[in-house]
Amino acid sequence: MENFLEEVNKKINGVPIQRCYHCRKCTAGCPVAAHMEYNPNKVVKMIQNGQRDKVLNSSTIWLCLSCETCITRCPNQIDIARMMDVLRQMAIESGVGAREANILKFHEAFLASIKRGGRINEMMMTVHYKLKSGDLLSDALMAPGMFLKGKLALLPPRTKDLKSVKNIFEKTKSI
Amino acid sequence: MKVSYYPGCSLHATGKEYDQSMKAVSRALGIELKEVDDWSCCGASAAHNTNFDLSIALSARNLVAAEKNAMDVMVPCAACFNRFKTAEHNLKADKELKAKIEDVIGAKYQGGIAIRNPIDIIYNEIGIDALAAKVVKPLAGLKPVSYYGCLLLRPPEVCEFENYENPFMMDKILGSIGADVKNWSYKTDCCGGSMSISKTSIVIDMCDKLMGAAKEAGANCLVTACPMCMANLDMRPSSAMKMPVFYFSELMSLALGLDGSKETFKTHIFDPQPLLRELRLI
Repeated sequence: MENFLEEVNKKINGVPIQRCYHCRKCTAGCPVAAHMEYNPNKVVKMIQNGQRDKVLNSSTIWLCLSCETCITRCPNQIDIARMMDVLRQMAIESGVGAREANILKFHEAFLASIKRGGRINEMMMTVHYKLKSGDLLSDALMAPGMFLKGKLALLPPRTKDLKSVKNIFEKTKSI
Repeated sequence: MKVSYYPGCSLHATGKEYDQSMKAVSRALGIELKEVDDWSCCGASAAHNTNFDLSIALSARNLVAAEKNAMDVMVPCAACFNRFKTAEHNLKADKELKAKIEDVIGAKYQGGIAIRNPIDIIYNEIGIDALAAKVVKPLAGLKPVSYYGCLLLRPPEVCEFENYENPFMMDKILGSIGADVKNWSYKTDCCGGSMSISKTSIVIDMCDKLMGAAKEAGANCLVTACPMCMANLDMRPSSAMKMPVFYFSELMSLALGLDGSKETFKTHIFDPQPLLRELRLI
């Protein structure tokens, strides 16, 4: 059976993360490192150590913004941003879920909106997220202003061939 | 020149100022736009955060639709641009993935058209001298910093945009329309992107840092090419830190004296009109 490191490397499908020599350039450039439980280079080390549960349960993998500064500056071309995507997907697929639950709920509301209309309906997507997360009050004062400025349409145009979009979700077994 | 045009979801909603001004500017510069037929969402952050195949397939569906026009495709939104370039990069590098994605979308991907951001098209195809020659109202007194953010530039071998640690095309464009562009070290820092709603406190910190740095550089506004950066910078900074934020295309439209150029300023969350009035630009 594949160990955690092999599994992650296979999914990244690029430079193996053992090539990391912990110069910490990824962490130095990471805009959210200060908010993370484990810094990006620490996550690499933890994967090397086989700490599967700790990594998949960490908030770090959800706080990564995919700004791609890490991969851009890595002297060994390790794709840490892609690694974070892989870890998030593994956390979802293995049933661990998301330590930062609202971040995943936002992504789910976003994808549900694409599935419904082919394009994002920002108003409906936000309402959907608010209901799922229970975070009903934040930004509530901003919505009417945006609506009046024509920034939140009730019924923006949808993709006509919606079936082709729904097929993509089905065939990729998406949430 | 003639190009395909992929607006993406934001440009029809929270980023509508970008769509309106980009269309006006394109017309004025002789760039004819043909919208991609029946486009769908690129998948944005939500798709690649949760399912790699989905993220490539949602973008590939649009690339195939754009290929039908057999012209390069202009993608103003930095996030859509990044997702399209990522899909292109992966589909061209990995034959197995290409076959799998073609099966998912039920169509063949040719990879024959270039995915281009309007900054690149204006700078490299129109040229800043030709742009400067069309200016009727130089933006005297406007002191912007150019804010490129993440998604136009990184990773550089995927985006193939320009100097990824110190880009300059937007600076040159703004300079050519009469703005006094300030230099700063935060051109390519992150605004907080997709966590605006789900992790707002972190995004406030990130936007405050950017606003503070812009003020230190002597700027009186920020300029962006990304609807997510715009939404975050326009809404999220603390009250004391707020400053007007523009799409580069809105300022081009104003400097070129185009119809409707003043309209888009009315729908910003933080009103930029007092600054523009003070400078007698509107």
